Amino acid sequence: MGVGVEVRDLNAWFGQNQALHDITMSIAPNHATAIIGPSGCGKSTFIRCLNRMHETLPDTRVSGQVRIGDINVYGNGTPAVQIRRHVGMVFQKPNPFPTMSIYDNVAAGLKLNGFRNARRLDEIVERSLRMAALWDEVKDQLKKQSGASLSGGQQQRLCIARALAVEPNVLLMDEPASALDPISTGKVEDLIFQLKEKYTIVIVTHNMQQAARVAEFTGFFLLGRLIEFDKTEKIFTKPSEKRTEDYITGRFG
Amino acid sequence: MSNSALPVPRITKGTATPASSAGPTSLPPAGESGGAVPLLRAGTGFFGRLSDPAFGVAMMACGMTVMIILVLIVLELVLNSRLSLHQFGWGFFKTQIWDPVAGNFGALPFIYGTLVSSLVALALAVPLGVGAAVFIAEMCPARLRGILSFTTELLAAIPSVIYGLWAIFVLVPLLRLYVEPWLAKYFGWTRLFEGPPYGIGMLAAGVVLAIMVVPIISSLTRDVLTAVPRQQREAVLALGATRWEMIRMGVLRNARAGILGAIILGLGRALGETMAVTMVIGNRPEIAKSLLAPGYTMASVIANEFSEATGNLYLSALVEIGLALFLVTIVVNGFARLLVWTVTRGVPARVHAQ
Amino acid sequence: MSQDRISWARTVKDHLATACAVLAILLVLLPLAAIFLYLMQRGLSSINWAFLTQTPKPVGEVGGGMGNAIAGSGVILAIASLIGVPVGIGAGVFLAEYGRNRFGNAIRFTADVLNGVPSIVIGIVAYGLVVFRQKHFSALAGGVALSIMMIPTISRATEEMLLLVPLSVREAALGLGISRWRTTVSITLRTAAAGIITGIMLAFARVAGETAPLLFTAFGNQYWNWKLDQPTAALPLQIFAYAISPYDEWHRQAWAGALVLIVLIVSVVAIVRIVASRGLLKGTN
Repeated sequence: MGVGVEVRDLNAWFGQNQALHDITMSIAPNHATAIIGPSGCGKSTFIRCLNRMHETLPDTRVSGQVRIGDINVYGNGTPAVQIRRHVGMVFQKPNPFPTMSIYDNVAAGLKLNGFRNARRLDEIVERSLRMAALWDEVKDQLKKQSGASLSGGQQQRLCIARALAVEPNVLLMDEPASALDPISTGKVEDLIFQLKEKYTIVIVTHNMQQAARVAEFTGFFLLGRLIEFDKTEKIFTKPSEKRTEDYITGRFG
Repeated sequence: MSNSALPVPRITKGTATPASSAGPTSLPPAGESGGAVPLLRAGTGFFGRLSDPAFGVAMMACGMTVMIILVLIVLELVLNSRLSLHQFGWGFFKTQIWDPVAGNFGALPFIYGTLVSSLVALALAVPLGVGAAVFIAEMCPARLRGILSFTTELLAAIPSVIYGLWAIFVLVPLLRLYVEPWLAKYFGWTRLFEGPPYGIGMLAAGVVLAIMVVPIISSLTRDVLTAVPRQQREAVLALGATRWEMIRMGVLRNARAGILGAIILGLGRALGETMAVTMVIGNRPEIAKSLLAPGYTMASVIANEFSEATGNLYLSALVEIGLALFLVTIVVNGFARLLVWTVTRGVPARVHAQ
Repeated sequence: MSQDRISWARTVKDHLATACAVLAILLVLLPLAAIFLYLMQRGLSSINWAFLTQTPKPVGEVGGGMGNAIAGSGVILAIASLIGVPVGIGAGVFLAEYGRNRFGNAIRFTADVLNGVPSIVIGIVAYGLVVFRQKHFSALAGGVALSIMMIPTISRATEEMLLLVPLSVREAALGLGISRWRTTVSITLRTAAAGIITGIMLAFARVAGETAPLLFTAFGNQYWNWKLDQPTAALPLQIFAYAISPYDEWHRQAWAGALVLIVLIVSVVAIVRIVASRGLLKGTN
C-alpha cells in the first residue's frame, strides 16, 4: 500500500551556487523519515526537489533522479503539475488561502483540479479534517469561517487537511511545527504518528528531539551533502560519522 | 561521498497489495476513495499542457498593449502633423502669428501662454502645497490626518470642467471686481498688472491651475516627508532643536529631491491641463506682458479649434501643437518621477496622484 | 541673558512656521469648500426628475434637462470599461507574475509615462484612430479614448495589489498540483480582488469626469442616441457647452449637471475609501 521514494545523485543549484551535492537515499514507504541539519544545509531544498517545487523559483537547476513509486519525477513524460498532485506539501509557516472558507480551503486542491462531485467533496472534506484532528473544532463553521481566522496551530492542521484531501502518496513537511506553540506542536506530532500508517512522510526539522519522537529514519545533512542516513535510534545513540555526532551533541548548529 | 554504504531497512508488511496498483505509469491510490486519483488528471492532457503557455501569451499580449498604445500615440501625432512640419519647419515654434484664414500658423503665443500660466500656478501652489504637506505630515494631530488627506484626495478627484465652471462664475468676478484692480493699483509699476481688469485672462488661468495642482504637490510631498526615516528627526531633536528647526534640518533637507520631484510633477499636470484653463483664459492668441491680459495655451487652442478646423493644414498645425505638448509633458514627467523615486525608493505610482 | 534671547527668537520662528503651515492647509481647503458650497447653492434647486430624464430644450426656452448626457456618459463609460478593465488587469497580471525582468520594466515605465499624457492628446489620437477612419464622431471613439486612459492606471494598481499577495499563498497552490495559470486566476487574483476592484473604481471615477478627450470623439448630441457609431452626449461635455454659453438658463443647468457629476464621482471615491479601510486588510494578511 505504501510508496517509497528513491533518490539518486540529486544535485540542485540556485543560480551558480550549488545547494545539494550528489544526494542518494531511499525513503521507506509508510514510515516517517526525518531530515535534520544546521541552517542552510539544504534540507528544505532537498524536499522541494522531491515534488519539483524547487524549480518554481527563478534561476534554479536540478540534476539527478528521483522516483516516487514507479514514477520518474524528472522524467520527460510527466508534467510537474501531475507530480505535485501525488505529493502533498506542508510548509513552515501555515498558508491557508486567505479569502476562502475552511471548507473551500480543504477542497481547493480537488476543485481547482477538476473534481466536480459535490457530495463526494463533502465526504472528502470531512474525512481530511478528521485525519488532521481538526474536524471537531471547526465542523460547525466550515463554510462561514475564513481559513485565515483560525489560530496558528489550527491553520497548520488545516493545511495538513488540505494536503491530505487530494490523496497524495507521499507527504512532505518542511518544519511544520516550527512556527507553532508547544501545545500545537504536540498535536501536529501526534498527527504525524497516525498518518504514518497510510502515507510516506518526509519531515524536515531543526528540532532533534522532534526527529527522535516522530521518525523511524533520519538523514543528517551538512552543507548540501547527506552525511549519514540510518535508523533514528542509531543516529542519535551511535552515529557512524564524527560530524553527525558533533551536531547531535550540540557542538555546532 | 554519501551514505550509500549504510543499509536501508526494508519494510515487510503492507507492500504486497497488487490489487491496488493501477499500472506501471500511475501511482496506486493511497486512500479509501480510490476514484479521486484518475479524476485529477485534468490539465495534464494535450490541451491541459498548453493552458499554462497560452495564459502566459494572453497576459503578455495585454502587457504589450501598453506599448502599442504608446507607439500608436507617437505615430498618430507624427504622421498627422507631417503637413505642418513640412510647411513651417522649426519656425513654427518661433512665429507669433496664428491666422487660420490666411493659412499662417505659429505656435509661440500658445507656448508662452502655457508656460506663463503654469509658472503662475506653481508660484501659488508650491508654497501652499508644501506648507499643507508639512502640516499634515509633521504638525497635525493624528486624528485629523485621515480626514485631511481624504479631503486633499477629493480635491484631486474633482473634474477639470467643474473647476472651470466654478472659475467662470465665482473666481473671475472676484478677480475682476476686487483682486485685479487692487493689483493694478499697487503693483502696476511692475508692468505685470496693466490693462483693463477683464477677470478672464492669464491670472485667472494661473489661479485655477494652482488650485488644481496643489493636491498633487501636497500629497506627493507628504509621501516624501513620511519616507524620511525617524532616526533623522530624532537626531536633530536630540540636539535641542525646536519643532520647526527639526522639520527644516531633519526632514525638508533630506526630502529636497523628492519635493522637487513633486513640484515638477505638478508642473507636468499644469502644462497639460485643458478644460478649466480654456474656460477662463480668454482665448486670444497674443503675447502680452501683463497677467491681466487674455492669453491662449497649447491645450486650449486644440480644445477650441480642433473640431472646427477647416483644411488639412489647419488640422495638421493643431496636431503639431499636440505633438509638442506630448513631448514636453513626457520629458517633464519622466524627470519628476526620477526625482521622486530617488527618495521614496520605487514606491509604485499611486492611482489618484495623476 | 543672551541665552534667553536666542531661544526667544527660535521660539517665535517655530510658532510662525506653524502658523504658516496652518494657513497653508486652510487656503488649500478653502477652494474645496467654496466649490462644494456653490455647487449646492446654485445646482441643487435645479435638480429634479425632469432634469435627469429630459433632453435639452432649444435656446431661450426654460426647462429641459441632461437626461441624454447622463445616459450618453453611461454608454461611453461602459465601452471604455469593457475595453480598459480586462486589458488593464491582464497587463497588471503580466507585470506582477511574468514581468520581473527588463521587458516588464519597459512596460512598467511606459505605463507610468502614459499616465502623464495630457488627456487632450489622447483625444487627438482617438480621433485619428477612430473618427477619421469612420468619417463621423461616435460613442465608440469616446469609449476608446477613455479606455486608453484607464489601461495604464488599472494595470499599475493591479500589479501593486498582486505583489502584496505573499509568495507562500502561491506556493501552497502550486504544492497542491494546481497549474500555474489556475493559481494566478483562482488564488492570487482572488486574494487581491478587493484591492484590484478599488483600483478599477478609482480609474473609473477619474475618466468619468474627463471632457477633453470627448471633445472631438463623442462630440456631443442634443438628442437621445443609443447607437455606438453616432455622436453622443456626455455629462462633462454638456456642462462645458452650457458653461461657456451666454444663456443664464443654460448656466443654471450647468451647475445642476456639475452637481450630479460630482456626487457620482465622490460616491465612488468615498466607497473606495471605506472598503479600503476595512475590506482590504482582511484579504491579504
